[in-house]
Amino acid sequence: MGRYVARRLLQMIPVFIGATLLVFCMMYALPGDPVRALAGEQAVDPAQIAAMKKDLGLDLPLWHQYWNYLTGLLHGDFGTQIASGQPVADIIADAFPITARLTFFAFAFTTVVGISMGIFAGMKADSARDRVLLMVTLLLISVPSFVLGFLGQYFFAFQLGWVQPNVSGEANWNELFLPAVVLGSLSLAYVARLTRTSIAENLRADYMRTATAKGLPRRRIIGVHLLRNSMIPVVTYLGTDIGALMGGAVVTEGIFNVKGVGWSVFGALKQREGATVVGIVTLIVVVYLVASLLVDLLYAVLDPRIRYA
Amino acid sequence: MRGGKSAKWVVGAIVVALSATACGGGSDSDDSASKEKGKPAGYISMDNGEPQKPLIPADTNESVGANVIRSLFTQLLTFDKDGGIVYTNAESVTTKDSKTWTVKLKPGWKFHDGTPVTAETYVKAWNWYSNVDNKMQNSFWFSDIDGYSEVHPDKGAAKAETMKGLKVVDDNTFTIDLTAPVPYFEYKLGYYTFAPLPEVFYKDPKAFGQAPVGNGPYIFQKWDHKKLIQVKANPDYTGPDKAKNKGILFKNYATVEAAYQDLLSGNLDLVKQVGPKDLPKYKQDLGDRVIDEPWAGIQSIVPVFYSKTFKGINPKVIQGLSMGIDRKTITEKVLNGTRNPATSFTPPGVAGHQNLNTDVFTFDPAKAKKLVADNGGVPGNKIWIQYNADGGHKEWVTAVCESIRNATGVDCVPDAKPDFQTDLEARDAKQVKSMYRGGWVADYPVNVNFMKELFATGAEANTGFFSDKEVDADFKKGDNATSLDDSIKAYQEAEKVLLEKMPSIPLWEYKTNGGYSKAVDNVAIDFHGDYVLTDVTVK
Repeated sequence: MGRYVARRLLQMIPVFIGATLLVFCMMYALPGDPVRALAGEQAVDPAQIAAMKKDLGLDLPLWHQYWNYLTGLLHGDFGTQIASGQPVADIIADAFPITARLTFFAFAFTTVVGISMGIFAGMKADSARDRVLLMVTLLLISVPSFVLGFLGQYFFAFQLGWVQPNVSGEANWNELFLPAVVLGSLSLAYVARLTRTSIAENLRADYMRTATAKGLPRRRIIGVHLLRNSMIPVVTYLGTDIGALMGGAVVTEGIFNVKGVGWSVFGALKQREGATVVGIVTLIVVVYLVASLLVDLLYAVLDPRIRYA
Repeated sequence: MRGGKSAKWVVGAIVVALSATACGGGSDSDDSASKEKGKPAGYISMDNGEPQKPLIPADTNESVGANVIRSLFTQLLTFDKDGGIVYTNAESVTTKDSKTWTVKLKPGWKFHDGTPVTAETYVKAWNWYSNVDNKMQNSFWFSDIDGYSEVHPDKGAAKAETMKGLKVVDDNTFTIDLTAPVPYFEYKLGYYTFAPLPEVFYKDPKAFGQAPVGNGPYIFQKWDHKKLIQVKANPDYTGPDKAKNKGILFKNYATVEAAYQDLLSGNLDLVKQVGPKDLPKYKQDLGDRVIDEPWAGIQSIVPVFYSKTFKGINPKVIQGLSMGIDRKTITEKVLNGTRNPATSFTPPGVAGHQNLNTDVFTFDPAKAKKLVADNGGVPGNKIWIQYNADGGHKEWVTAVCESIRNATGVDCVPDAKPDFQTDLEARDAKQVKSMYRGGWVADYPVNVNFMKELFATGAEANTGFFSDKEVDADFKKGDNATSLDDSIKAYQEAEKVLLEKMPSIPLWEYKTNGGYSKAVDNVAIDFHGDYVLTDVTVK
């Protein structure tokens, strides 16, 4: 087990370098010059722009810029923003905690509510309550998240007055509740459906009959035998979902004014702040890698037949 | 988790947790409805955004940073709502020949750190701003001053530290020598780039940009990046634009929609621009708390004269295209009344705006078609309008194209560039296919600003590369005029020539479509379309 984890961690290094290189090249390939764009439609002085680019190292060839970026990264330096001159590390430090909180909330909501709904329906497949669940989840999957977001905002903030429509700069826990529910609802639908199908299928499995024949109490049959085996596809989905929740929340963050990672990376992309985009995307890649490692380790816990050496 | 029973417990727990949080939210909103979270009493809050650059007057040219800088710094003069000059830090600005200008400061002004505002602080700041080594965005604003070419040569490092055109006479007086007469130079001084700097700036410009010390109506308090900038009223301020509130919170919202939601729920006092989603209903939502006023900015489509389409074209064809655009319907239906149809090359609210007595800007499909056909038509019978897709222009560009196509029979294709950067790059590199979307906002409220900077041969913002000897000669006449009035008149004559040459097709004038909360009063906009923040009062 220990060797397996060590190997997986070592494998992250080439993936990490490859991902940064790829994003770096993409940013480089994008047309549009961020330094020139600062002047907008106003007059521009080419000599001054050239001097600014030289200061920022943007006049160097791609490989040299990437080398500078990597060596900076090894020293813990994420680079500086072109326009504001702020260190990218500050921007990441501002955005990540907020997104982490939002993701945690959405993830907890997805997991707890989704799995419960799945169990509830899967235990009695094709019953009325199963049909209702399928309907509800179908609805959640098909309605775009911005519709859910605006609807939630309208009902809970303006009609009922339970919550504030927007998240303030501090992004407190109670403010993040509604955005997290909206953000998590799509994954919730998938989790519920995966759990439901998996449970319904495993109910008919041989080991279930054996367990019942052995005279085990029902609680143990369902809680241990059934659930453990049914969780494997759900855990796989949840693992990749963490990354998606973190990086892909641009729409939800926009509606509720959450100043998180998605919004920061979108803003940076629009302003061609290469270092910011690469920095944030890299961190999301790391989150993905760690999550998938955890998922693989969980397999072994859930299914004793899987062993890592 | 253990079996179905515990699952039920979990579900139960969630229901309890959900309702508990919901209740908690309920009681929260009760007290924040009356009072905005984190806003000190007497302050006003405004949806502004994150300034792109550090807060140094000469390094900011976008409106977000400008709002903050104008609250912290006061330059020599400013403008009233009609574009008239109001002296703020200057006692007087005088000239006999439009070439040598004498500035007298009001005595006794102080920076926020207590050091006096003197003629020296102005001259030193302007020299620093102009210096090419300091790479200030707005350095070209000082290019009229004698000696600029030495501190800011076209190539290489600065050859001098100071401009010989700036001379300190005494503590409160200095003179400005220009390389050539500029009758409207006084108007340029109203731009915040001409603000003075305290001595503390030169010790660490970088730190200063994060926590500026100005001489303006407000004192900097804090900048919580990407969230908020807070300033408080300056009690010792003696200018005419003294703050009537206790301070301002400049807030940053992810979207205009989010800001509007906060305005409705009482968590924000001023919204600059209502987004397209809420425009159809904002008058209903806000009643008389709506701001719906034009300001000095103009949007146009600009032919590029190096393109196959417009190289050596008869200007009457461009007039025809202009008459093929149904400005009235597009501003009303497509733009939701956020623009006013243009009637000349200058917007109202700038000195010298005139009625051109022409039908070139009026929709007349029959005449449009005839003008285009009789004057040789458009080569290839096809035009492209380049625009940036990230600026909300797609709808109206499509509508303009449709209108031109239907009226004149000239095929018109919107040419989207993914964002503003790419759009600008194509303009600089002379790669525009035939026309691009142009927008110009008054830097100073004189008609000159809407002509010379855009249409003079070789002007830096003339990316349509329009060049005409007659127009240049008329501009020259205006620049050599002895008085401001004569200069404006000469430029009015030039505008009439422009109508014959059609260096651009003006479409419409910008408007501010914003609103304010029940907590504030006396909200008005200036000629830039920005709120006059010092005048806003708290109820």
